[in-house]
Amino acid sequence: MASISKTAQAGTLESSDVMITVTPGAKDSGIVIEVESIVLAQYGEDIKAILLSTVQKQDITDIYIKAVDRGALDCTICARLLAALSRAGAVLKEEML
Amino acid sequence: MDLRRSMLFIPGNNPGMLQNGGVFGADSVILDLEDAVAPMEKDAARFLIAHALQTVDYGTSEKVVRINPLDTFAAEDIKAIVPCCPDAILVPKVESAADIHQVVSMIAAVEKPGQTPVKIIALLETPCGIAEAYSIAKADKRVVALSLGAEDYTAGLGAMRTREGNEIFTARTLVINAAAAAGIQSIDTPYTDANDEKGLLADTKLAKSLGFKGKLSINPRQIDTIHNVFNPSMSDIDWAEQVIHAIRKAEAEGSGVASLNGKMVDLPIVNRAERILHLARLLGLIEEVK
Repeated sequence: MASISKTAQAGTLESSDVMITVTPGAKDSGIVIEVESIVLAQYGEDIKAILLSTVQKQDITDIYIKAVDRGALDCTICARLLAALSRAGAVLKEEML
Repeated sequence: MDLRRSMLFIPGNNPGMLQNGGVFGADSVILDLEDAVAPMEKDAARFLIAHALQTVDYGTSEKVVRINPLDTFAAEDIKAIVPCCPDAILVPKVESAADIHQVVSMIAAVEKPGQTPVKIIALLETPCGIAEAYSIAKADKRVVALSLGAEDYTAGLGAMRTREGNEIFTARTLVINAAAAAGIQSIDTPYTDANDEKGLLADTKLAKSLGFKGKLSINPRQIDTIHNVFNPSMSDIDWAEQVIHAIRKAEAEGSGVASLNGKMVDLPIVNRAERILHLARLLGLIEEVK
């Protein structure tokens, strides 16, 4: 299992973007995801699913992820999370996807 | 020959603009990792562009990524971007054939098996780059175009940029000549005042008259004007068709000499007519040579 070593952030609060913050969790705390979005009712679960799938592909556990969404596409959510993970010290298995 | 009348820059760290890049109808979109991205955001922009390349539908627009210069982040950019199958890489501040060779080796090292070879467009924006234009154009078969970046170039000269552009006349003609000699395209510098449509029109007409095949663009509003200038007019097409008809008639009659409206039709005239008709066919203005 991989891990992150520090809190890091990527993205912006501009339209079509998402700001994602990742923070190391306590041992065995699992993956905790919090989403704020202007389209939470319609797409909140989808956004969580993308975040979960992306972080699981990297074999990262024990992490807290907060996403403040401004209408980002799936590819943007994925790219911003990977950037945040990389900045937090994760060694990504597949850098792009 | 790829159509590159317009090449539109899109900031590489702006998801909203990246996802809309295909709607403007530019012949090429240039997803920018260089000037449009702050140094601290280069990493995030790489992730974003990589995902955009694999997800966003850019329609018929060629997908080009402008990487950072070789002495900054070019290696990281190429490693991240090339496996995501852009059509071409725009390399800034190219100054020699050796620069191209270096980029080619970096691209070849990370291209996936079976991937369409990534092309190179060299952005010449220093006095050294302009002086070496022909050797850069001939450096590798991946190089499909030379483009001019006038802002950095004039800074290098110590000259002021003007609306008329006299200060870049030499650079323009050197780039055009080098590209033509190497059999590749030449792309003009962008017109940077997005609110000056008359200035854009005049500048684009000048670029075409000098021999450029297209123009960089910094704003989607510039696309239509640029296309209108670089598109062949109906009178151009009529003339070209008459030239081809005249030369075919002469050949059929066993004559080595053709004429049109009292003027001799020689090889350069035929070549020019063929270029016009080729462009017209690419644009769907005609279906086939009559």
